[in-house]
Amino acid sequence: MREELVEEELFAPGHRACAGCGATLAVRLALKALGKNVIVANATGCVEVISTPYPETAWRVPWIHAAFENAAAVASGVEAALKSLGRRGVKVVAIAGDGGTADIGLQALSGAVERGHDFIYICYDNEAYMNTGIQRSSATPFGAWTTTTPVGRVKRGKDRPKKDVPAIIAAHGAPYVATASVAYPIDLIKKLRKAAATEGPTYIHIHCPCPPGWRFDSDKMIEVARLAVLSGAWILYEIKNGRLNVTIKPPKRRPVSDYLKMQGRFKHLTDAEIAEIQRTVDERCRHLGVG
Amino acid sequence: MKSWRGPPVPVAARPSVGSSGRTSSWRIQKPVVNLKRCTRCRMCWIFCPDVAISFTKRGPAINHDYCKGCGICANECPAKAITMEAL
Ligand SMILES: Cc1ncc(C[n+]2csc(CCOP(=O)(O)OP(=O)(O)O)c2C)c(N)n1
Ligand code: SF4
Ligand code: SF4
Ligand code: SF4
Ligand SMILES: [Mg+2]
Repeated sequence: MREELVEEELFAPGHRACAGCGATLAVRLALKALGKNVIVANATGCVEVISTPYPETAWRVPWIHAAFENAAAVASGVEAALKSLGRRGVKVVAIAGDGGTADIGLQALSGAVERGHDFIYICYDNEAYMNTGIQRSSATPFGAWTTTTPVGRVKRGKDRPKKDVPAIIAAHGAPYVATASVAYPIDLIKKLRKAAATEGPTYIHIHCPCPPGWRFDSDKMIEVARLAVLSGAWILYEIKNGRLNVTIKPPKRRPVSDYLKMQGRFKHLTDAEIAEIQRTVDERCRHLGVG
Repeated sequence: MKSWRGPPVPVAARPSVGSSGRTSSWRIQKPVVNLKRCTRCRMCWIFCPDVAISFTKRGPAINHDYCKGCGICANECPAKAITMEAL
């Protein structure tokens, strides 16, 4: 068995995530990568809500429920306290959704990275505010239906592109930044281990399909995540000390329509709108050196 | 003045299996493994969001208390060794 595939489960079964939840799988895999010696600060959102119906929790590691906006600030405080106590060998991990990262938590994250805390920040990106009922975030992709980007004669889903948070964190000079996907668990685990072995602020952004929010059947969760990568709609890379390396290069990119057509949130898109999305995907792939 | 002795109830949640009850009661279908077809590749195990598959020498073992019947394991099995069946 590959060394990445640790047997021990640090996230317990019997949590209340929807069937086929990508974000929950991301957490399970992240804990396999990081092991027991962590302290987690988790922002409000699906992962917090599904894991911890007080007085019980699915987390088998020390875990703190932060507010929606301050996972990075809580992690900063824990890391500073550990440092002043002289405690070594414990990694502090902040976990938040795309809303808690790209929107309301961005200044806390920026501050923590700029101060240079030794911690890992994980954004599990399900591309909307799922816990509160599918409202758009700045990480919702162009064209996607959400309850606050409706589809009708005038509006055609979200009319703005997805905010590029990994690039924003890389621009802070963070020593390790990477994107990941639940469909590529070995790649995901390797990147989290690299982040854990790096001193200073590191950032991992994980693409996590959400069956009810993206409108597809739960058994297709991994297939949807994989097609995002195979089409170039989601690119797996790492930026180590400023140097970019694409870790998974699809041999021949699939048309982005294969990815979009699996999901009800894109079902209103016309051929012309899909062609427009394909153009932006091609441009981004060229920019990052994906074929 | 009386010193503060901490909160009257524990503030820490305890880690537990089934924190949200027996979640397999949600499902409308269940995975059935044909071990004769199984190649022990572990794909089903690594992709289960419900931590409901453990691995034995013979192959995957489904935890029918917490499997929510999402169907990912059946969809991802390269050997088509898992089928989703009515309860
Ligand atoms: C200051 C504040 N505003 C609003 C909320 C309500 N709220 C809780 S979770 C959430 C959305 C979370 O979205 P995201 O971070 O993407 O996580 P997800 O639910 O998608 O996992 C909102 C708006 C809150 N808890 N605090
Ligand atoms: S709404 Fe989506 S992200 Fe939230 S628990 Fe359900 S599947 Fe997971
Ligand atoms: S995915 Fe299929 S072949 Fe692989 S271990 Fe599971 S049941 Fe066996
Ligand atoms: S059906 Fe879903 S929850 Fe059940 S064992 Fe398969 S992957 Fe896990
Ligand atoms: Mg979200």
